[in-house]
Amino acid sequence: MSALAVTSLAPPMGLLAELTHRCPLRCPYCSNPLELERGAGELDTATWLRVLDEAADLGILQVHFSGGEPTVRRDLPDLVRRAAERQLYSNLITSGVMLDERMLGGLVEAGLDHVQLSFQDVETGNAERIGGMAGAQAKKRAAAALIQHAGLPLTVNLVIHRQNIDHLPAMIALGAELRAERIEVAHVQYYGWGLVNRDALLPSRAQLEAATAEVEAARGRFKGRMVIDYVTPDYYAERPKACMGGWGRRFINITPAGKALPCHAAETLPGLTFPSVREASLAAIWRDAPAFERYRGTDWMVEPCRSCDRREIDWGGCRCQALALTGDAANADPACALSPHHGAMRAAIAAADRATAPGFVYRRIGAAPTVEA
Amino acid sequence: MSDPSGDGTVPALGRGVKFRFDEVRQNWVLLAPERLFVPDEQAVEILKLVDGVRSLGAIIDDLAGRFAAPRDLVARDVAAMLGDLADKGAITL
Repeated sequence: MSALAVTSLAPPMGLLAELTHRCPLRCPYCSNPLELERGAGELDTATWLRVLDEAADLGILQVHFSGGEPTVRRDLPDLVRRAAERQLYSNLITSGVMLDERMLGGLVEAGLDHVQLSFQDVETGNAERIGGMAGAQAKKRAAAALIQHAGLPLTVNLVIHRQNIDHLPAMIALGAELRAERIEVAHVQYYGWGLVNRDALLPSRAQLEAATAEVEAARGRFKGRMVIDYVTPDYYAERPKACMGGWGRRFINITPAGKALPCHAAETLPGLTFPSVREASLAAIWRDAPAFERYRGTDWMVEPCRSCDRREIDWGGCRCQALALTGDAANADPACALSPHHGAMRAAIAAADRATAPGFVYRRIGAAPTVEA
Repeated sequence: MSDPSGDGTVPALGRGVKFRFDEVRQNWVLLAPERLFVPDEQAVEILKLVDGVRSLGAIIDDLAGRFAAPRDLVARDVAAMLGDLADKGAITL
């Protein structure tokens, strides 16, 4: 046994705890898989508490409580409390529509560190059409007020696409009005539900350039008061993003049913068996699971990644996107201009430009659509 | 007191920012909303003095004394490090 190989594996930094797939919103770009888990299949409280203990022991520093809508879990304050006891930095990723005074009070008392609150648009009608939930906008604004009142730091999350991107200046102003410390402007990632709805969501180049310019300008306007992070769109990129900071390098994602994944979309990849936290410890999974080893590091790479001097910067990009657009998860992410499949992205942009306002396929439990990439 | 250099400024950790020792990796970490910084040794010494009470001037005096370094050099390093973290939202100045 090689001691060197064992010691050279750095511990993960972050745990993405997808507590549930249940959510009152039905966003057509939801990052949950097409096959959504029902409530009955979710991990119980005791198992999540054990996972949090194992995460702290393993060296994880931050826990992101996500979903679905994590506040549908009544035990959320208990989980946050355990995270705080183990010095895990806790982040709640929420739509805010179920965040009443009682739930938020419980979370504050338990030691929650930060809230990320999403808005689908600044215009109520469009926001509620995109999110597929009437009455959501007022609830979100009320949640933002409660978060402010409680003194919790707030990130406003703005997912942008063809059908709201022109409102970005007003959306950023909304973040400032809600006194967010931080705004995250994120282009839709086109896998899963986003890929199903790509023709309805992919922005034009002119829209993208206007949005990028607005982010730059807003960073200047709010310097020192509000940080603005920007997740760029792969379809107009020349180089891929380091998806999850590299496969099996920084993050573990736990699904509602307890599967441990290197990224939240990893279950779309064929031929991989993902371990369950019901049967194995996080430490054993991180160290031994073949699925975490499969695309870890650079040994698995083919050209153009294999000899690329950026291979330890972007780690080959996104495996799920490589699979969806090239048919092989080991290929370079086609977001890279060096990929022979880069043209697939150009073709998708052209197709979206030709498409005349197709309707959304909303996310729904038990109604996975067929995907044609 | 006249304070043209900003030495009276009291730096503090930003809201929701935590500075703690990571027992697993045996190093200090700065945890912020959806970001994480691993400060180098020099930055750790500075951050240990950022408590929302000490002024910038007091921090510089402390470091210059303890490390027997020229005060203006220490002042420049401290300003650069804290300014960078302030731009990232981890510190308020």
